[in-house]
Amino acid sequence: MAAIDIAGVSTTYPNGVRAVDGLDLRVADGELFALLGPSGCGKTTLLRTIAGLEPAAEGSVTIGSRDVTRLPPGARGVAMVFQDYALFPHMTVAENVGYPLRVRRAPREVQRSTAERVASGLSLSELLDRRPGQLSGGQQQRAALARALAVEADVLLLDEPLSNLDARLRLEARTFLKRLQHDLGLTTVFVTHDQAEALALADRIAVMEAGRVRQLGTPREVFQRPSDTFVANFIGSTPMNLLDAVVRDGHVECAGARLARVPHLASGTGVIVGVRPEYLRVDEHGITGRVSIVENLGVTSLVTLECAGGALVSLTVPEQDEPALGRSMAVTAAPGRLLLYAAEDGRLLDSR
Amino acid sequence: MRAADRDAAGLGPVRAFGFLAPALVLIGVFLVFPALWTLYIGITDYQLTGPAAVQPQVVGAENFRTALADPLFGNSVRLTALYALCSAVIGQNVLGFALAWLLRPVRPGLRRAVEGLVLLAWVLPGPVVAYLWFAVLSRDGGTLGLLLDRPATAWLVEYPMASLVVFNIWRGTAFSLLLYTSALAAVPPSQVETARLLGANGWQTVRDAVFPHIRGHVLTNTLLISLWTANDFTPFLLTAGGPNHESEVLPVLIYRQALESGQLGYASAISLLLLVGNLLVALVYLRLLRRRA
Repeated sequence: MAAIDIAGVSTTYPNGVRAVDGLDLRVADGELFALLGPSGCGKTTLLRTIAGLEPAAEGSVTIGSRDVTRLPPGARGVAMVFQDYALFPHMTVAENVGYPLRVRRAPREVQRSTAERVASGLSLSELLDRRPGQLSGGQQQRAALARALAVEADVLLLDEPLSNLDARLRLEARTFLKRLQHDLGLTTVFVTHDQAEALALADRIAVMEAGRVRQLGTPREVFQRPSDTFVANFIGSTPMNLLDAVVRDGHVECAGARLARVPHLASGTGVIVGVRPEYLRVDEHGITGRVSIVENLGVTSLVTLECAGGALVSLTVPEQDEPALGRSMAVTAAPGRLLLYAAEDGRLLDSR
Repeated sequence: MRAADRDAAGLGPVRAFGFLAPALVLIGVFLVFPALWTLYIGITDYQLTGPAAVQPQVVGAENFRTALADPLFGNSVRLTALYALCSAVIGQNVLGFALAWLLRPVRPGLRRAVEGLVLLAWVLPGPVVAYLWFAVLSRDGGTLGLLLDRPATAWLVEYPMASLVVFNIWRGTAFSLLLYTSALAAVPPSQVETARLLGANGWQTVRDAVFPHIRGHVLTNTLLISLWTANDFTPFLLTAGGPNHESEVLPVLIYRQALESGQLGYASAISLLLLVGNLLVALVYLRLLRRRA
């Protein structure tokens, strides 16, 4: 068990690309931590830098109280599960799980008994003598997890842990992973590009872009108060409404409607109004527009309104209240759910 | 299967054969006929000169019996096996793999430079490199003698087989290097990285994370280079089989029997025996390869 301290870490590839750029991060002991971002944001490189597979060009990585920056991967006390699980195809599940002990030259019986003990915790006992090729995707993942746990490392790293599973299995595996991590209390960092996965699994999330952390917080914080428009856009299964607006006479005006009172902002200031479709509700006054598209999401429907000036505003309504196309509707944000971003740099200014 | 399924081009068997004919003629003239001809003269007393050159007599299995009883033939079989084992199966294989493995993390420019240098030994014509090595190993001011401060050592006379083995490793490693370089590129990086993360050392990583993925490549490579080495005639250019038959591998023996002693029939019989030996080796490799699947 150990915390991870990343201080001023930069990782540069031979072609000069700075994949991680002067990054500071602390992952607490026992935490389930997500590195989230679009592809190419440096999240996998950061994970590999923690593992020691990429050398840090600058800065230091500390695990527990040990500075591991210059240590080789095998000496860092980290275990990692790759996206493709990387089970050795010619070994049985038992041999794979016992492999960390085999390289340390533990006796054969110890290898086997450890493999049996770890595997039983992941309901793999029946599969010990199969080869990876004879396992389903979910079983392969559990076998790879078992092998990582057999290392008895201080830190577990997971690269896109759910992306090789089909959709149905992904939900099961997500719940399973979360329970396993809570039971073990093992400091775990995982990488994902899927915001729903990060929200559901993680205790805390670092949203990354271009080698830097854009926002660090709990799933609730990241979802409800994205610190800038990049994060606002990236998080949420239905994209957040981001509407150009101006401040006039102490009020935000957007798409022909007067929204919130902002007494501290000067008239003429450009702002961006951010509000999630889930937090908009039908009202008599507010932003008015015509229903142009209705998309059924199952329990709810996503309604897109075309407003004055061509702005598009989306909201979700219960599926039984689906409005007719072309109907005029007015919507307002639930209290506290309206976010204001600065127009010039996209930083969060305020919420109303 | 209906005829139309097999005849996709709609040519009919006669015209289809017309397209195959040129290739078949070439194969027939340059491969099948010489092979059958060798088989035929292997059972005759055909000679380069004299009455038996004009009217060879069929002597049946006499040549084969002579060969199997001939101590020179046994000597050559032993030397050929030694030559193939030391220079190809062990030398070229291990050195080629080691170079490919060590060059993996190296900058692409440097890697290509090393590959180019190694490849140079492979693409240069045999007589040219043989002459170069002759100069290196010569008794009279040879480079190796000067380097080791043993100027009057006749390496090719005192250590003929060792010289040949070193020469053939130098000459043939390029093929193994290139083959293993591409084989290693096909090993999933996550396998190697997993082994490193689990604390495996270099040898354990190769054994557990790399070798199982390239087993087929290893067998194919070993088969090819051992057959090439067994059939290699370049030793003649360096030692001509000497001194006193100490480096007389089978191709050299065949050449000397055929063209120096003029025993064409006998040499053909030995060629056939070499072919049979090669086939047996190939069968063993193929058996090993199939067991993988």
